[in-house]
Amino acid sequence: MVATLQVENLETHFPSRDGIVRAVDGVSFAIEPGEILGLVGESGSGKSITGFSILGLIDPPGRIANGSIKFKGEELTTASPERLRQLRGARIAMIFQDPMMTLNPVLRIDTQMIETVQAHEKVSEAAARVRCVETLKAVGIAAPEDRLKSYPHQFSGGMRQRIAIATALLHKPDLIIADEPTTALDVTIQGQILYEMRKLCRETGTALIWITHDLSVVAGLADRIMVMYAGKIVETGKIATVIERPQHPYTRGLIGSVPGAMPRGKRLFQIPGMTPALINLPPGCRFKNRCARADATCEAMPELAELQPGHGVRCHHPFGAEPLTLAEVR
Amino acid sequence: MLVFIIRRLMQAALVVAVMSVLVFVGIYMIGDPLAILVSPEATELDREAIARSLGLDRPMWEQYLAFVGSALQGDFGKSFVFGQPAIGLILERMPATLELALIATIMSVLIGVPLGLYAGLRHETVAARAIMAGSVLGFSLPNFWVGLMLIMVFAVQLGWLPASGRGPTVDVFGIQLSFLTLAGWKYLALPALTLGLSKCALIVRLARATAREVMLMDFVKFARAKGLSEKRVIGVHILKNIMVPITTVTGLELGTLIAFAVITETIFSWPGMGKLLIDSIVHLDRPVVVAYLIVVVLLLVLISLIVDILYSVLDPRVRLGDAK
Ligand SMILES: Nc1ncnc2c1ncn2[C@@H]1O[C@H](COP(=O)(O)OP(=O)(O)OP(=O)(O)O)[C@@H](O)[C@H]1O
Ligand code: SF4
Ligand SMILES: [Mg+2]
Repeated sequence: MVATLQVENLETHFPSRDGIVRAVDGVSFAIEPGEILGLVGESGSGKSITGFSILGLIDPPGRIANGSIKFKGEELTTASPERLRQLRGARIAMIFQDPMMTLNPVLRIDTQMIETVQAHEKVSEAAARVRCVETLKAVGIAAPEDRLKSYPHQFSGGMRQRIAIATALLHKPDLIIADEPTTALDVTIQGQILYEMRKLCRETGTALIWITHDLSVVAGLADRIMVMYAGKIVETGKIATVIERPQHPYTRGLIGSVPGAMPRGKRLFQIPGMTPALINLPPGCRFKNRCARADATCEAMPELAELQPGHGVRCHHPFGAEPLTLAEVR
Repeated sequence: MLVFIIRRLMQAALVVAVMSVLVFVGIYMIGDPLAILVSPEATELDREAIARSLGLDRPMWEQYLAFVGSALQGDFGKSFVFGQPAIGLILERMPATLELALIATIMSVLIGVPLGLYAGLRHETVAARAIMAGSVLGFSLPNFWVGLMLIMVFAVQLGWLPASGRGPTVDVFGIQLSFLTLAGWKYLALPALTLGLSKCALIVRLARATAREVMLMDFVKFARAKGLSEKRVIGVHILKNIMVPITTVTGLELGTLIAFAVITETIFSWPGMGKLLIDSIVHLDRPVVVAYLIVVVLLLVLISLIVDILYSVLDPRVRLGDAK
């Protein structure tokens, strides 16, 4: 079976006056039909840029400097702009983080949804409208015929995100990249949307990349998880394996900062320090200045090594079978 | 909505009242209309007779009250010079000015928006820099100088276009219009260009600035992520957002354009209200000056009312009821 998406050694660079920002630096992964992949990492780790690279939507002067992105076997890094346009919104859809900003404020919802249908299929406006109504119904919007005539500002954030999701679903895409789509929403609505997205993916065989900085969001949703740090993948594996036996110190830190993972009464653990600037990075492990286990060997960049089949870790000193304790994390 | 319009009209009435006082005092201070109207050879008796017939023998405050009294009944007095109702003189010349100002506005939008949009979207290109440099010139060159240069080049040197006047017009429901015939356009082109140039420069800059702002918005990226063609992303998603500020500014600037038409009309001898105003000021023809200002104020109020309505149509987030 050919993978829905196969990314090999992706490097996305933004040239700047002070040097090249390596936002995505040698990322490789694959995703199968119907699979849900959680992409987790702190702010600035390169998650969104990974998503935009797949869609070919990197703003110049940024560019994909290296690597290959194969969508159902078709190379995207060398595809023509027109071919990418055909795939975007039809076969590969994306949902953005802030629902307040993703819909055009001066266009009605029907305009924005119908244009999406008609960008990829020669159908009448009436037929396109019927499709929009059905899709809106599927994401739980009541009386969609009337709501279509409204403007974005007449909807709440949760409703707007449902509209954005419905827009992404219009062509039953093979791959959806959801870039923190629920972060801006309150917890109840977040839960509803997560549940519905998961159901839709299972039913239609759509592969889903769910980007988030909150590990607890993907814990109940994803099949596999990929932890990203400073443009590189530091740990990847089945969700249960990674959460129960995190091998990378950074992943352990992330799990430590999830409410509920620690014994009650203990203060929520935060990884000290910040993601380094992705410019002129020194050699060696990028986590070393925040890592309690760092030593001289960490001056060399570790490889992403498979500890077990399907469980990869980029660290010279993985935890092995050690249980997760607070002391260990520190 | 109705409340909104009434409030606007009351503001206008206030402005008119204040302005009429200023004009009365102003013209009184500049000089004595009689000195211009009456020939130096006339006898003292003749002078007095004329002064009495024009009401100029009474003290100024009395003249003003008399003016207000008749103005409230719709009579703005007769021109000292032409002996015709002042308001009629103004209205007769208004179409020429409005046509000039509107054509200048339309030209500046049609030229300014595409140039500004291009300069915004491709801001690093040489062409974009050239456009911006051009807009600085358009901004800073004085109106009268541009007019004279255009006359020099197109009328005197090349002889392609007439240097002055309005040329043939077409009568549409009693209104004389130039833009319906090619011959009319020949007369219209240079004054409209002169008048519109600085507005065009303003629109270029505004369109560029908003384009640069809007193109970075998430909804533009989302439009691309939906697989829309570049044509639709720019022509619908970006353009529609740009048109909100452009419409507002253009509409409000239409007022200053009508006011600036005074200079352009004088250079090109365009028979509009502006030229009438200058002539009337020279002759201290007070009723015409007052009537001109009243008409212009009402026009400005009307324009800003239309702009507000248009704004709420273009930007659905704005509702007129909320406008304070
Ligand atoms: N247009 C750009 N020019 C220069 N650098 C950029 C640009 N866009 C992103 N970057 C850099 O790329 C890095 C990764 O950004 P990205 O948006 O992918 O982070 P993220 O993981 O999605 O974070 P967040 O959780 O805040 O969304 C950041 O450090 C940022 O500084
Ligand atoms: S390689 Fe060294 S510094 Fe990097 S995470 Fe592992 S132990 Fe820490
Ligand atoms: Mg992001």
